[in-house]
Amino acid sequence: MDIIIANLPRFFGATLVTLQITAIAVFIGFCIAIPLSVIRIAGPKFLSWPVYLFTFYFRGTPLLVQIFLIYYGSGQFMEQLHALGLWGLFQSPWFCAVLALTLNTAAYSTEIFRGGIQGVPAGEIEAARACGMSGALLYRRVVIPRALRIAWPSYTNEVIFLLQASSLVSIITVMDITGVAGEIATRSFAFYEVYLFAAAIYILIVYGVLWVFHRIEKRINAFLHVGSA
Amino acid sequence: MLPDIRGYTREDFWMRPASETNRQHHQTINTKDTQLLDLEGYGPLLLAGARLTVYVGVCAMMIAVLLGLIGMWCKFSRSVFVRFLADTYTTVIRGVPELVLILLVFYGVPTLIQDVSALIGRPVYVSLDPFTAGVATIGFIYGAFSTEVFRGAYLAVPKGQIEAAQACGMSRALTFRRIVLPQMMRFALPGLGNVWMVLIKATALISVIQLPELMRSADIASRNTRKPFTFFFAASLIYLAITIISNLVQQWAEKRAAKGIRRA
Repeated sequence: MDIIIANLPRFFGATLVTLQITAIAVFIGFCIAIPLSVIRIAGPKFLSWPVYLFTFYFRGTPLLVQIFLIYYGSGQFMEQLHALGLWGLFQSPWFCAVLALTLNTAAYSTEIFRGGIQGVPAGEIEAARACGMSGALLYRRVVIPRALRIAWPSYTNEVIFLLQASSLVSIITVMDITGVAGEIATRSFAFYEVYLFAAAIYILIVYGVLWVFHRIEKRINAFLHVGSA
Repeated sequence: MLPDIRGYTREDFWMRPASETNRQHHQTINTKDTQLLDLEGYGPLLLAGARLTVYVGVCAMMIAVLLGLIGMWCKFSRSVFVRFLADTYTTVIRGVPELVLILLVFYGVPTLIQDVSALIGRPVYVSLDPFTAGVATIGFIYGAFSTEVFRGAYLAVPKGQIEAAQACGMSRALTFRRIVLPQMMRFALPGLGNVWMVLIKATALISVIQLPELMRSADIASRNTRKPFTFFFAASLIYLAITIISNLVQQWAEKRAAKGIRRA
C-alpha cells in the first residue's frame, strides 16, 4: 500500500497521459470517420472501395499488430522516411501510439457512422429534398446530425474500447497508466497491489466517461423521449 | 530507439545455434520458388504460431461460453447476493483493459498466493505457465461479455413457452435444458460471433507474457531478420484470414440455426 501512496503523483501523471492519448485519437478519428462514412455510402466506387479496405483491415486485425507495424515496422523504411523528413516523428513512441490508435478508431467509427447514416429515416431525407436541399447541404443539415444521434450509443462503446485499448501503448514504452504500473510493479514486486490499483483507475475513468456520454445522449436524443417520461 | 531491432545484426542471425527454425531456414533457402511464401524460412514458425493462436482462441471461447451460461444463470437467480456477484463480475471486467487483467493474473496471482501462504505460515511458490494464464484470463474476460449476450438471448425466448413448460410439470432445470437453451442459442449466435471476433484478436495480447502464438512468432522472426514490417504485415494478413473464415462460419451457422423460422 505504501508503494502506491508513494507513487501517487506518477499515477496521476500517467492518468493524464492515458486521457491525452485517448482524447487526441478520439478527436482526430472522429474528424476522419465522418467524411469516410459519407464516402462509403455516397461516394464513387473508386473512393468507397479503398475506404472499405481500410476499415476491413483495421477492424480485422488486432490493434497490437497495428501498433507494432507502425512502431517497429517503420524502421524497415527508415531511409525513405528520412528522405521525406518524417523519421523524427516515427522515432517517437508517443507519435506511433497516437497514429495507430487514431487509424484504429477511425476505421471502427467509420463503420458505426455508416450504420447511423443508413438508419436515417427515408422520410426525413425526402422531406429535406422537398425543401430543396441536396448534396452537401442535405448531409450537413439533415443526414449527419441525425446519423450521429442514431449512432451515439455504439460510438460510446467505441470510445470506451479505445480508452481500454490505449493500455497497449505501454508495450512500446509510452508511460501511461499500465506502463507506470508495470514499471513500479517490476521494481517493487508488488504486482497485484499495483495492477489492482491501475485497474481501479481504469474503472473510474471508464464509468466516468460512460456517465458523460450518457448525459450527452440524453441531451441530443431528448426529442425521442418527449411524452414518454 | 528501437533497441531490439538494431540490437540484432544479420551476421548475428547466421551465427545463431541451429534450432528447429534455423534448420528449416537452411533447407528452404535454396529452393527459389517457395521463397516468397516461405518468408525467409520463417513461414513454418508463423503458421505454428497461427495454430497456437486458434487453439488458444478456441479454448478461451469454451471457457467464455461456460462462464457466460453460469453468469446468466446467476443474473436470473432468486438470491440477491448471487445477482450482486454476477453484476459485479460483468461491471468490473468490462471496465478494465484486457492487458491489465492479463498482467494481473500472470504476475499478480502467483505473488498473491505466495504472500497469503506466507501469512498463514506455509509458504508455497507458484508460477503460472503463459498458456494457462492466457487462456484463463481471456476466457474470464469474455465470459463477462457472453454473460450479457446470453442474458439478452434468454429474455428473447417467449415467456409463454416457459409457462407452458412449467404447466406440463417440468422443473426449472428441465425447462431450461429442454425449452430455453435450444432456442436461446439461436438468439445468442450473432452476439457470440462478435465475442469470438474480439476474442481472437485479444489473444495477440498473450504475446506479452511470452506465449509463442502468432504475434510472438512474428516478433521473433522480425528480430532475427530485421524485417519487422514484413513479418508483422504477414501476421496481420493471417489474422485477417482468420476473421474472414470466422465470418463465413458465422453466416453459415446463423442460416442453419434459422432453419424453420418464418421470416417477416
